[in-house]
Amino acid sequence: MAIRKYVKHALSEWMDAAGATDSDVVISSRVRIARNLRGMPFPMMATPAHSSAVADQLLGVAESGRLNGLGKLEQIRLTELTELEKLVMVEKHLISPNLANESRGGALILSSKEDISIMINEEDHLRIQCLSPGFQIRETWDRATKIDDIFEEQVDYAFDEKHGYLTSCPTNVGTGIRVSVMMHLPALVMTGQINRILTAVTQVGLAVRGLYGEGSEATGNLFQVSNQITLGQSEQEIIENLYQVAKQMIEHERAARGKLFADNRPRVEDRIRRSYGVLSQAIIMDSKEAAQRLSDLRLGVHLGLMPELNDRTLNELLVATQPGFLQITYGEAMNPDDRDRSRAQFIRSRLATHS
Amino acid sequence: MQCQECGKRPATLHFTKIVNGEKTELHICESCAREKGELIPGTQSGFSIHNLISGLLDFETSGAGAMAKQQAAIKCEICGMTYAQFSKIGRFGCSHCYKQFAERLDPLLKRVHGNTVHVGKVPKRAGGRLRTKREIDRLKKEMQGRIEREDFESAAQLRDRIRELEKDMSG
Repeated sequence: MAIRKYVKHALSEWMDAAGATDSDVVISSRVRIARNLRGMPFPMMATPAHSSAVADQLLGVAESGRLNGLGKLEQIRLTELTELEKLVMVEKHLISPNLANESRGGALILSSKEDISIMINEEDHLRIQCLSPGFQIRETWDRATKIDDIFEEQVDYAFDEKHGYLTSCPTNVGTGIRVSVMMHLPALVMTGQINRILTAVTQVGLAVRGLYGEGSEATGNLFQVSNQITLGQSEQEIIENLYQVAKQMIEHERAARGKLFADNRPRVEDRIRRSYGVLSQAIIMDSKEAAQRLSDLRLGVHLGLMPELNDRTLNELLVATQPGFLQITYGEAMNPDDRDRSRAQFIRSRLATHS
Repeated sequence: MQCQECGKRPATLHFTKIVNGEKTELHICESCAREKGELIPGTQSGFSIHNLISGLLDFETSGAGAMAKQQAAIKCEICGMTYAQFSKIGRFGCSHCYKQFAERLDPLLKRVHGNTVHVGKVPKRAGGRLRTKREIDRLKKEMQGRIEREDFESAAQLRDRIRELEKDMSG
């Protein structure tokens, strides 16, 4: 079987957009809507017959042509995918680890730009996910809610007047939406302001987690900020709340970058050029070091210190240096040592094509 | 770098933990991480939101009294999930569980969301009644405003519209 496009290319087409809004700090925006069908047990309690009926019904909406306005769509049953393909799709955030590993009767409707991923039989029957480059949560919500409307014309949702859209997990009930932005905050980390800001953010009903890492010291200085509350606030309130908080974080990060640069220019420049040197030459590169040094390069790009690079290459490297992707690129079954060598090799060659 | 736990396999996972301001670093291999119950990015293992919820629920059902036992035995008549199961895994089995466990639900929702009532989007078909109800609420507010402005004629029009909608709902 030919390797599918979404497994072969690390960079999703939707990410390949130059000059997205506030992309110096926000890498991407995401909206996820959770829905369930009325009268069907949630996936966890579903029999195989239930699960396949749910999948047929929801895939049927795509087959009916009603989603055609969204561009070219592909329908994929999870059973068609190898473990490695699933891993790569998780690394690209096209599917959740839950859908990849635990779903029964799991299926996916994926747009060719990979900006729309509709998961079936995940924790809930239906999870509509829309992604956008940069800081665009309002626009992303507009796209997602339209897709939700199309499904609702065709299927009956589990909806309750008091509790709203009913979901398997009580943390999603109500609106069923999770809105998130992936932010790159190196200057707030370097200047030691990050913990203070993250604490403040969690106090206004938002959650922050490090991406590819743990807690407040996220590897690669990447943080995902998302709404925690789904019940008792309207979608507009949830989005507006996150919008305003993220906007302030963007401004703080920019101010911290400016100050860092003004006060310590030689040091900052040295750190960035060193990372470039190491990434261009190293033979062994573990994922932690790669993430940290790629973060330095990204900061360099936005401080105007890395004219030879751009966000596009860095976004590609972010995904391409993950374990699953390296296996796709360099052959199956690698041990961690092989992987660190392959990672170094991939980064070297990618940076070389740029100079 | 070797795994700090077994000292045999190479360390592929690197954790930084900050507990009460004290930072510890941990470099371990995947199998030791699994044993230690550490969160492995991209997998479902480790601590999750569901553990957290079941923690909250345990707190409610942990009373040894007859009440607690009775609660735990409540069973959803559609999917068969018991309250005890729900409080263990933190997820409902079907939409009917919300009705079945209703009594116990609001305190939990209050703690998770600070609220118990949905105010967001309403589906066009399934939410017909609620849409009408919200429209009536909106019109009533509007009518009140017009009365305050002494615009009685247009307030009367709104009153008639509200009556129509209320009739639709009861009919």
